[in-house]
Amino acid sequence: MSAYLSVNNVEVIYDHVILVLKGVSLEVPQGKIVALLGANGAGKSTTLKAISNLLRAERGEVTKGNIEFQGRRVDQMTPNEMVKGGVIQVMEGRHCFAHLTIEENLLTGAYTQPLSRAQLKQSLEKVYEYFPRLKQRRSSQAGYTSGGEQQMTAIGRALMANPQMILLDEPSMGLAPQIVEEIFEIVKDLNSREKVSFLLAEQNTMVALRYADFGYILENGRVVMEGDAADLRSNEDVKEFYLGLSSHGRKSFRDIKHYRRRKRWLA
Amino acid sequence: MAFFFEVLIGGLLSGIMYSLVALGFVLIFKASGVFNFAQGAMVYFAALAVVGFIDKGVPLWASVILAFIVMTLFGIATEKFVLRKMVNQPPIALFMATIGLAFFVEGLAPLLFGNDVRPLDIGLVDEPIPAILDSLNIVVSRFDLTAAGLAALLVIVLALFFQYTRVGRALRAVADDHQAALSIGIPLQHIWALVWAVAGFVALVAGMLWGARNGVQFALTFTALKALPVLILGGFTSVPGAIVGGLIIGASEKLAEIYIPPLMQSVFSGNFGGIEGWFPYVMALLFLLVRPEGLFGEKHIDRV
Repeated sequence: MSAYLSVNNVEVIYDHVILVLKGVSLEVPQGKIVALLGANGAGKSTTLKAISNLLRAERGEVTKGNIEFQGRRVDQMTPNEMVKGGVIQVMEGRHCFAHLTIEENLLTGAYTQPLSRAQLKQSLEKVYEYFPRLKQRRSSQAGYTSGGEQQMTAIGRALMANPQMILLDEPSMGLAPQIVEEIFEIVKDLNSREKVSFLLAEQNTMVALRYADFGYILENGRVVMEGDAADLRSNEDVKEFYLGLSSHGRKSFRDIKHYRRRKRWLA
Repeated sequence: MAFFFEVLIGGLLSGIMYSLVALGFVLIFKASGVFNFAQGAMVYFAALAVVGFIDKGVPLWASVILAFIVMTLFGIATEKFVLRKMVNQPPIALFMATIGLAFFVEGLAPLLFGNDVRPLDIGLVDEPIPAILDSLNIVVSRFDLTAAGLAALLVIVLALFFQYTRVGRALRAVADDHQAALSIGIPLQHIWALVWAVAGFVALVAGMLWGARNGVQFALTFTALKALPVLILGGFTSVPGAIVGGLIIGASEKLAEIYIPPLMQSVFSGNFGGIEGWFPYVMALLFLLVRPEGLFGEKHIDRV
């Protein structure tokens, strides 16, 4: 299958000096969930922002390479054009509009869509169907809702733009494991029922690889490893460095000092 | 008693004039989270534009339309040359930019339209309404009443616009979080240009009413100072707050001017006139202690 979204050898520089991405290439096939994994500062968020074009508002710039969506170059577009074109980012840390109610938050998501009143109501109902909890809290100010509800609001708000692809940045941040599970279930559901493709930046490697089809591992602004999620899960390096497992199963923290596996991709 | 009501009504109506100026602040604060230091200058600019066009022989109605176009262009230019570079900068940076803008406009306006004090006749006379004077024996100025009616209309329209329209919601969203608004495809540029144009329109209405009353002159820029206590009382983020704040400030300053000096004089000796000048600021100060977000302002929501 040909690539739906492809990022080709992209280099990103912030403030004209800080080199963050050093030639990242990745692909997201249509209808799949692709995970982008890595530690803090690896460049996951930057990659997503390069795609959604939110980068320029942070004084970042794609200086090399290109990004294509459905065969069209998109790296010089505005975020508004990207959303209209079907690619929307759900930002890290949720970023709900604190003083707007949940429902108003959702409605702002439809800003780019020329919808009639009835269609708008229909989209709202669809979001409420995926997130029944939001329906109960529809009239409370988003700032007063829980982290999980805010994450749901942020995803729901993106859904209102009727996207073909969602760039989901760190959905598990600051949430209880049970809520994380709930949110990933909904992501999977959206993927299979609404045919929305996902590019998912996550630190929680374990959960991400369980739900994703394919994964990329970023380190210091480079892709160091890629593969099917199942393969990555069973890869010795990934187990060791990202999942905290070794060949003898779960390891005690006491033993870590004695023996450290060398990262094979550095060889 | 009639005298008390006369003072009260006079105060309420003049308060509405303050509200009108405050409204411009609220609009921009709501849409960008920034206190627009240049609002007073915009009031001056708009009023000057109207008299400037009238001086050139343009009829009043056409001058108003032309001035509105000028203010719209001004809004678009502000977005393009000032605000666009300021996305994602801290509010203080934006605030500083508006200070620069204020000085720029204060210099530009007289350059374009002349700087002598000129009267502005908009066909409203400042005289008591006979019907009310006869039946209740209270002086209510026709000018003030019309101005108040105009302001009320403007406020109702704006409040509905913010609460129930797609663009109004987007404006509030932008005020809460620029970046999130960008991420869901709200075009910040359009929104900002729009809100500055609307603020320019409000400044135009305020400038015409104030200009018709006091003459069009540089002192119009100081109307902004009068709006400050109104904003603190009503809340920076609330359109109805600007009105209620204006009413309270207007009524209380006039009543204080009339009733406090005799009281003071009975205790201390001396002259206690001119209370009107500083009373609103004292009220604002007291209010800041009790309710810093104002009567209708948005509470700051913090997650703990």
